[in-house]
Amino acid sequence: MSLRTPLYDTHQALGAKLIPFAGYDMPVRYTGDVQEHMAVRTAAGLFDVSHMGEFIIRGPKALALIQQVTTNDASKLPEGKAQYSCMPNREGGIVDDVIVYHIREDQYMMVVNASNIEKDWNWVSAHNESIGAELINVSDQTSLIAVSGPRAEEVVQQFTDVDLSKLGTYECFKGVFDGAEKTLVATTGYTGERTFEIFLYNEHAVRVWNDLLAAGQSVGLIPCGLGARDTLRLEMGYMLYGNDINDTTSPLEAGLGWITKLNKAPFTGAEAIFALKVQGLSRKLVAFELIDKGIPRVGYEIAVNGEVVGSVCSGSVSPVLGKGIGMGYVPVQYSAEGSELEIIIRNKPLKAVVVKAPFLKR
Amino acid sequence: MFFPDELLYTKDHEWVRIEGDTATVGITDFAQGELGDIVYVEIETLDQLIERGGLFGTVEAVKTVSDLYMPLNGTVTEVNEKLAASPELVNTDPYGDGWMIKVKLEDGSDSDLLSAAEYKKMIGA
Repeated sequence: MSLRTPLYDTHQALGAKLIPFAGYDMPVRYTGDVQEHMAVRTAAGLFDVSHMGEFIIRGPKALALIQQVTTNDASKLPEGKAQYSCMPNREGGIVDDVIVYHIREDQYMMVVNASNIEKDWNWVSAHNESIGAELINVSDQTSLIAVSGPRAEEVVQQFTDVDLSKLGTYECFKGVFDGAEKTLVATTGYTGERTFEIFLYNEHAVRVWNDLLAAGQSVGLIPCGLGARDTLRLEMGYMLYGNDINDTTSPLEAGLGWITKLNKAPFTGAEAIFALKVQGLSRKLVAFELIDKGIPRVGYEIAVNGEVVGSVCSGSVSPVLGKGIGMGYVPVQYSAEGSELEIIIRNKPLKAVVVKAPFLKR
Repeated sequence: MFFPDELLYTKDHEWVRIEGDTATVGITDFAQGELGDIVYVEIETLDQLIERGGLFGTVEAVKTVSDLYMPLNGTVTEVNEKLAASPELVNTDPYGDGWMIKVKLEDGSDSDLLSAAEYKKMIGA
């Protein structure tokens, strides 16, 4: 039995195609993947991502717990700001990639991937036994609606007194949103466009969704499913946990060195990550574009001169660029920008080239 | 969703229009809806004799790739060239401009094909 977000009936009424994803029945598309993708690139899209997990971490030990389990330096995170981070395991693999929000003094929220909620909860809870922060899993009572696109701000602005034009990226505030109290609004996102992620109590979700949809009609806002969300994030080269990173990939191999602060206070996994750094990487996650006509898919082999050197972690067609794009791990000697790869599609090696992410240059 | 009565259907969601010893083949309205936006139709079996159930091509949507199976024994005599530049025709007009191949039939092995009513029942439409 799949779980449902509070917006399940709303999606059905909108004609969405729902698929099982991370234990939930989630909308994969409403109208069409490309139409929804382009709406976000040119106007605005409305997403239900309530399946995501949220942990509240608060009290005087909150920062210590976050510092212990994540790679980024949360001590440098001012109130009202968010940071991308990841939770490594003791072997230096990745338990999950997360966003940490500093809501106010001694109060943080960690947003985790839906497929990892239980694993992450157990992981953070185990660490908390010796630290003693106040730790609450609010995933089940929290809905998350994202409004994304160049026209998103003018839609979202209609429902809050806070001047959104003053918000940069990765900022957040808590307040009343469309009459819903204790709502957290954040400028974090997964599309590369200006995005507002609205975390609210479940009982407000349907009303707020409908109000945003109605208010957005005049600017071309449409509901968008997980299909568009995936191609949007891939065009930006953003990781998808389970595809591009997992318990056996190092943040260094994945290009997440920029959120791995080995100089901060010791954290779980730091030793293993440091050891790999000293030893040197043998493989790296690369972004590649197909030169030949074809679409890379998860699991397709990556070869160099006919020899298989890796496999595709994420792949699709880029609706904006109109060509096949993907990511995969390859030996470091083939990871430089411009390196030529072959993607084996239906037994044919198709030419591809390593490019610098994001695929979409802004 | 629409399933013309004059066509025959396969369990793999292809449709067939038989006219004499020639058949036109495409995928159903249901299939295109399930696949989502089609971005690439790859058919490299022109002039090949393929048995019923054999692979004649693949269709790539944004999110998925799906194989295309021959509904009947026959030789692929024509591939819809419009699909190279406009694969979205499979979404917008699956039984018309979105057709995929024409086949010269070898023998009448159409016993497995479904009527529109049978196909609709199978997919629960």
